[in-house]
Amino acid sequence: MEEKTIYTITIFSENNPGLLNQITTVFTRRQINIETLSVSPSALKGIHKFTITVQTDKPTIEKVVKQIDKRVDILKAYYNNDSELVYQEIALYKLATDKVLALGGIEPLIRKYNARVLEILDNCVVLEKTGLYEETQEMFDELARTTGVLQFIRSGRVAITRGRIERLSDMLASIEKRRQEEQL
Amino acid sequence: MKQNITGAQALMESLLHEGVDTIFGYPGGAIIPVFDAMYDYTDKLHYVLTRHEQGATHAAQGYARVSGKVGVCIVTSGPGATNTITGIGDALMDSTPMVVITGQVGKSLLGTDAFQEIDLVGITQPITKWSYQIRDEKEIPWAVARAFYIAKSGRPGPVVLDFAKNAQTAKFDYEPATCTFIRSYLPNHPLDNEAVAKAAQLINQAKKPLALVGHGVTIGQAEEELKAFLDKADIPAAWTLLGESAMPTSYRLNKGMLGMHGNIGPNIKTNECDLLIAIGMRFDDRITGDLNVYAKQAKVIHFDIDIAEIDKNVKTDVAVLGDVKNTLPAVTAQLENNAHTEWIDSFKQYEELEMEKVIRHELNPPAGSPITMGEVVRKVSDATQRKAILVTDVGQNQMEAVRYFQFDEKRSVVTSGGAGTMGFGIPAAIGAKIAKPKRTVCLFCGDGGFQMTMQELGTIIQEKMDVKIILMNNNYLGMVRQWQELFFQQRYSSTPMVNPDFNAIAQAYGIPTRLVNQREELDSAIADMLNSTNSYLLVVNVQEKSLVYPMTPAGGAVTTILLNENNK
Repeated sequence: MEEKTIYTITIFSENNPGLLNQITTVFTRRQINIETLSVSPSALKGIHKFTITVQTDKPTIEKVVKQIDKRVDILKAYYNNDSELVYQEIALYKLATDKVLALGGIEPLIRKYNARVLEILDNCVVLEKTGLYEETQEMFDELARTTGVLQFIRSGRVAITRGRIERLSDMLASIEKRRQEEQL
Repeated sequence: MKQNITGAQALMESLLHEGVDTIFGYPGGAIIPVFDAMYDYTDKLHYVLTRHEQGATHAAQGYARVSGKVGVCIVTSGPGATNTITGIGDALMDSTPMVVITGQVGKSLLGTDAFQEIDLVGITQPITKWSYQIRDEKEIPWAVARAFYIAKSGRPGPVVLDFAKNAQTAKFDYEPATCTFIRSYLPNHPLDNEAVAKAAQLINQAKKPLALVGHGVTIGQAEEELKAFLDKADIPAAWTLLGESAMPTSYRLNKGMLGMHGNIGPNIKTNECDLLIAIGMRFDDRITGDLNVYAKQAKVIHFDIDIAEIDKNVKTDVAVLGDVKNTLPAVTAQLENNAHTEWIDSFKQYEELEMEKVIRHELNPPAGSPITMGEVVRKVSDATQRKAILVTDVGQNQMEAVRYFQFDEKRSVVTSGGAGTMGFGIPAAIGAKIAKPKRTVCLFCGDGGFQMTMQELGTIIQEKMDVKIILMNNNYLGMVRQWQELFFQQRYSSTPMVNPDFNAIAQAYGIPTRLVNQREELDSAIADMLNSTNSYLLVVNVQEKSLVYPMTPAGGAVTTILLNENNK
């Protein structure tokens, strides 16, 4: 058996309805769980970017990415391992205000985790922390022990490649060049 | 430009703009406006009313496979649409260009569980190249142009257009559209000169090369290019199920069929060659058996247009991406004239072994013994002078048909390969005959598959067609029975069939028919069938408990081959 590891898949697509379904069916067929998923408009108008993390082995990730890339509305799909990426997740924590006050102040916690306060209400406080999975998890674990956490949500990963990368605009330029060549 | 026409009329105009002249399908509530528009286009568009929507898709497939054109279906929403799923899936597996247009409820009803509303786009996304819902009439020219471009370009496949009723009836000013480029879809690959040079070098160095010829050669219309390639480097070649007829049967380098019921030689030689050259094929498990012991000794070159096929099942040393019509000649130009006489001669012992252990009995069984499927197939093949188009259903009939039918002409096999769809035969034969009315179309099917789509006999008489149907009846679901006999301790669960009087069914449709029980009657019955200017149902009662050999059991090594019951 090949060794399994975390891979981050980056997908640029047209912004058409139904694309997520087209992408997820490729994972479903191979019984691969999506660990995290993040979708947003890219820097270029009309092009969406998906960032998906999965736990699998190298031969499988290669095939899966090719099968995603093959879909008509997908501009480009590729994968990276963690060492090739700068990546981040964001987490929100809702705490009971009275429990926070009972702690005798929130400053040490904010400093320790480099967290931010988003909202303070009579009944609850909302904190935000960005970081790696382990970091947001560590803060969650500590809060769960001390104040308790009323609600917790963590986003999917967003990632940017290190080093030389094929930028989206370069890719579109090369596609345009091929279009002109093909139509000559 | 046509001013103020309905969406339904615009669909007709768009189809004509794509060069469509034949449509298969079945009407229904949500598509009535389109059929109403079609009423005024009957001089330009031949509409074939099948008896079931599945039949429409298989007919469109048969049409596409022998013509190379896009097959077109128009059906209604809901159950009409879901009935096309089997054909769409089959077309994806076998890379068949097809556009399926389905009615859909109007925009205002979408998502409300309206009458005959089914989320067809959602259902078909995993089994199409593209699936799109037209909700606005102004999208029609664009969507139809895009659908045809996607269906036929690159590795061909099925496309679904789900056509909301409001867009069928609304009027607008129609302007024809053409699609030759989609920025997120690049179906062609520029020639990779480095890969071409590497491939040529490997072939020039090879002492024992073996070529595997797949459907890509037929799709790419590269039969001549293939022959030039094989001739120059003197490479023996074997074919996949869908690669049959890319080389004439009599071609000196044609070494027969690969895979589970293929010929012994090419399967054994797969694990002896030093270079495996895959040409437009995808290393299906029915070809490879256990991948862990498949051609491990050989270097592998893979010619394919679909990058997702490279390294999917078999790791390649050199991948030559692109249409084999272009890539094969590029490699051929760099090949040295070669001769692999000894290597090619080494296939002979296996041909002789197979002849002795399998073929002789199948084609010349002892007098008084039951009729075999193989002898029926070969007699029809001989009687049509290797010029006919072969259509098959699925199962034992299919394997015996592709093993024993012979070909002089290219693009002459229509069979359901990847999906193995029983019931494919009759409608596919209808489509094939409509595409090539001057050629003889011979369909071989079993009693099981025949009954899955036999309602399409109605289509045959409505179209006044000449399709020769050879029903090889063994009163069993033979291929399943074969597995039960060999691998499930002869527990014949749900495989014996109580069958109707097939001749009476043909007679009810007014189709000439004959029943053959004795070998002596076979020749004259085949002559009757071929002399008839009508469609014909020839029912041949064949040996009930026959098995297709050779057989490489599923999941085993490609070289583990059963030759007969005692395997001696």
